[in-house]
Amino acid sequence: MSAPTQIQSERRVLRTISGNKGLQIEEPLIFEQGMKGRSGVDLPAVPPHKDRLGALKRKSDIGLPGLSEPQVVRHYTKLSQKNYAIDMGVYPLGSCTMKHNPRLNEKVARLPGIGDLHPMQPISTVQGALELIDQLAHWLKTLTNMPAVAMSPAAGAHGELCGIMTIRAALLAKGDARKRILVPESAHGTNPATAAACGYEVDPVPADDRGRVDLAAFKAKLGPDVAGTMITNPNTCGLFENDIIDIADAIHEIGGYFYCDGANFNAIVGRVRPGDLGIDAMHINLHKTFSTPHGGGGPGSGPVVLSAALAPYAPVPYVVHGANGFDLVERNGSAFGRLKGFHGQMGMFVRALAYMMSHGSDGLRQASGDAVLNANYILAGLKDEMTPAFPGTCMHEALFNDEFLDGTDVTTLDFAKAMIDEGYHPMTMYFPLVVHGALLMEPTETESKDGLDRYIEVVKGLAKRAKAGDAAYFKGAPYHTPRRRLDETLAARQPVLRWKPEAPKKAAE
Amino acid sequence: MSEVRYSQEHEWVKLDGDTATIGITHYAQEQLGDVVFVELPEIGKKVEKGKELAMVESVKAASEVYAPVSGEVIEVNSTLTETPATVNEDALGKGWFAKLKVADKGQFATLMDEAAYNKFVEGLH
Amino acid sequence: MRYLPLTEEDRRAMLAAIGVQSVDALYSDVPQTVHLTKPVDLPGFKSELEVERHIGALASKNLGTGSCPSFLGAGAYRHHIPASVDHLIQRGEFLTSYTPYQPEVTQGTLQYLFEFQTQVALLTGMDVANASMYDGATATCEAVTMANRVTRRSRAVLSGGLHPHYREVIETHGKFTGFEVTAAPADAKGAEDLSRLIDAKTSCVVVQNPSFFGHVHDLSDLAKVCHDAGALLVVAVTEVVSLGLVTPPGEMGADIVTAEGQSLGVPLSFGGPYVGLFATRDKFIRQMPGRLTGQTVDVDGKRGWVLTLSTREQHIRREKATSNICTNSGLCALAFNIHLTLLGEAGLTKLAELNHATASRLADRLSAIPGVTLFNETLFNEFTLALPKPATEVVEALARKRILGGVPVSRLYPGDASLANLLLVAATETVSDEDIAAYEAALKEVLR
Repeated sequence: MSAPTQIQSERRVLRTISGNKGLQIEEPLIFEQGMKGRSGVDLPAVPPHKDRLGALKRKSDIGLPGLSEPQVVRHYTKLSQKNYAIDMGVYPLGSCTMKHNPRLNEKVARLPGIGDLHPMQPISTVQGALELIDQLAHWLKTLTNMPAVAMSPAAGAHGELCGIMTIRAALLAKGDARKRILVPESAHGTNPATAAACGYEVDPVPADDRGRVDLAAFKAKLGPDVAGTMITNPNTCGLFENDIIDIADAIHEIGGYFYCDGANFNAIVGRVRPGDLGIDAMHINLHKTFSTPHGGGGPGSGPVVLSAALAPYAPVPYVVHGANGFDLVERNGSAFGRLKGFHGQMGMFVRALAYMMSHGSDGLRQASGDAVLNANYILAGLKDEMTPAFPGTCMHEALFNDEFLDGTDVTTLDFAKAMIDEGYHPMTMYFPLVVHGALLMEPTETESKDGLDRYIEVVKGLAKRAKAGDAAYFKGAPYHTPRRRLDETLAARQPVLRWKPEAPKKAAE
Repeated sequence: MSEVRYSQEHEWVKLDGDTATIGITHYAQEQLGDVVFVELPEIGKKVEKGKELAMVESVKAASEVYAPVSGEVIEVNSTLTETPATVNEDALGKGWFAKLKVADKGQFATLMDEAAYNKFVEGLH
Repeated sequence: MRYLPLTEEDRRAMLAAIGVQSVDALYSDVPQTVHLTKPVDLPGFKSELEVERHIGALASKNLGTGSCPSFLGAGAYRHHIPASVDHLIQRGEFLTSYTPYQPEVTQGTLQYLFEFQTQVALLTGMDVANASMYDGATATCEAVTMANRVTRRSRAVLSGGLHPHYREVIETHGKFTGFEVTAAPADAKGAEDLSRLIDAKTSCVVVQNPSFFGHVHDLSDLAKVCHDAGALLVVAVTEVVSLGLVTPPGEMGADIVTAEGQSLGVPLSFGGPYVGLFATRDKFIRQMPGRLTGQTVDVDGKRGWVLTLSTREQHIRREKATSNICTNSGLCALAFNIHLTLLGEAGLTKLAELNHATASRLADRLSAIPGVTLFNETLFNEFTLALPKPATEVVEALARKRILGGVPVSRLYPGDASLANLLLVAATETVSDEDIAAYEAALKEVLR
């Protein structure tokens, strides 16, 4: 532990009686403020009825606290104030695509006739819902130039499962399940996890010194037991895989399939269509590219577009045009079956469609161009003070390694924590794994030039400060947050995963 | 007189008769950082040289501990389950993972001695 | 375009600073043959008003459960959501925040997830719960794969009272990831005996309580049979409000409890997004899928929260992870958390009583109609009726009278003629006495 800096000693002098610091207000758990019998919901009297629970009526208390509505509203308002959010400022988390979440999308998702639709209503009463899914599917298929889309996956990783299972179903139909899936070392962790979950051996492919898949190494690994490959494009280094068409041809030549992780589709929407690249399946994170809110970790939605070769192996359900309007196929005897309860993330579909319609074809193309322009502006602004991982321009995210911190005793993590005190969310750190001490910045199209200029000034200033030898400052950061660095070792060594009532204290002897 | 040898995967082995005590090296624990969890093999399990013997986890990483020699697990250091920090504090002593009854002592001789291992670690920087 | 702050002047200045001629030049790695030079064939941008009109027009073609008497269940339930729930989850600091990987700037999210985990553990009667899964079906499937890991076996036995979608999701995973599934036939009467299906290869038995057909079961004996055979008992709950009134699975010997959390705080929204709950025993913590929030302290010694035990997860363990899940259902977990906090012990208990009372009264009224038989001795807020004609026809006829009368069992079990006349009917606190009277009258007419 480093010696306390001057800032830390000042904090001690300024300690308040309550522990609060102005707008930063301490907030206990709901379990520490509840009272038995109190409730924030009024309900009518229970009418007389025949008890049909058998002997199964709950005998024990649940142990939930009782709070009134104003207490509840204050509790969650105070909690919300301990979060950083895209609504507050630059959130340059590379690979995560933190862009503006329009409130129109929230409004239309809550319309009567959408928010209150039950998934098992008669088909005749949900024609508008099926039409909406069909329209969104049309946008997705057109933007990707792919003939089919499976709408039900609940998130990106779920879409990966859908894609790899579809590939497996297609291969099994030929009586040839195969064994290996080629995955670049720079891949998201979900890729190898998905391939392994589907029973495939993960065969890692190295990156070349330009940050792309090493084509020669890729080709050398191909063989009749290779089921396919999972490649992110643009890749996790923020670069377009310029050999992608050769990669697709090579994998098809040995009878395998090309799965594309579409996490970075936002860089190329309206400019490059994955179907033109030879891709067989790709998930689209509606919560990244089409701006459904991340919500502190979900819910997401991950529709998977499919090539003609894979389309027959898609999961149920899907929408079709029937004799009496739209119909929903919930069972088709196909090889796949079902991946999720009900029909997919309708609430996210509505938001994504509203987002796409708002931009239109021209606006979506402008948005991807602006995202790439903003990332390159950051790269250009920081390249002299920091060390870009690869030469040249980038796509939608700028990647640096930690060479500029050599000899400073400041790590990528320390640097990120100092950004928090400056009012910014840190960039993605230590990912992709192929770059030492990686710092991955994705500004998205949401940021203005002024905002980026300020951001660049601050990050440059921090880099200068690190090089000037002020490591202790970085080691102690952040200083101005509701909580400072947290002890993750303690949390993992002695896991406390829930609140428990304190054991009654023994009377003093 | 027992002797300690080292593997390229940063395990150490101490041989007493046909009993091999196995742990991870000081360098390995340093690279991992604070050890938060150790998964030990079942007694009686037969492991082959180079195959997974145990698992060691820090906050941000999980690593396999490979058996540097083949054998049958006859004892495990169950104190590590409660106090995994021992691996950081005394990697080469109280932080041992398991004892194997060794089948082929010849495998031991193929491992590095201390001087060779130190040189090997130096070469990693 | 209202969402894009850059002006043409900004773009020119930025291109100059980068040292390229055009935005297209930044796409120089894209092979020329596939680089589009003009927008794809889709409509141009629309104003907020135009988008609202378009989606409003689609919405108006649907019959929402809020605008007519509705008795639909089968794994998704219409409950009243207090106004403050929807207000609070739309606070931008919750709505527009990412997964809490940086704990210093996400203590709000982490604290509510810790509260959520505690609420789920308390409700289910288990030791520990995770920070949510996609939905009930996928959570139950994750329970099966976890049981396979824990027992090192690979055959799951599924009750005929398990929601058919849950069964199908598990079957899909079994088929592609390599485990066996033995599914018992539909158990409409709630009388199945699963013990003969359990053997030395069985990793787990999956049952639903209350069952898909509405029956409430004591699972204690089944738990004993499972444990004697070295298998785990997985209990799925599709209606979490039932846990306010029914003995929790944890008190009946369950090893893993999964649930669909939609009933608390989450709108029906045509089937998603929902929130999967996942709870288990302390001894299985390291085999759990999904994110976990844990308590710790910061450098000043103050209590705080972090994501913990991450070495189970895909971003660290990659191909050896317990699950590939990454994004889960955070905001729905928050809605669940807030709704349940508003209810509290007293509120949830009373809400559950109201649900039971309403359904029990409805069961009395409908089963008194000539030709209609109630299949349930026990029920919580949903039950199975045998009708004198195919349930699909009846439901369509009721819909024409603007009553959403229930879910025909045949929609989920197509091809089984013996189930064609069965109808699943649910009644929550949103069903009024007038709704019950209207349903009774309409059903009499339709069956006449």
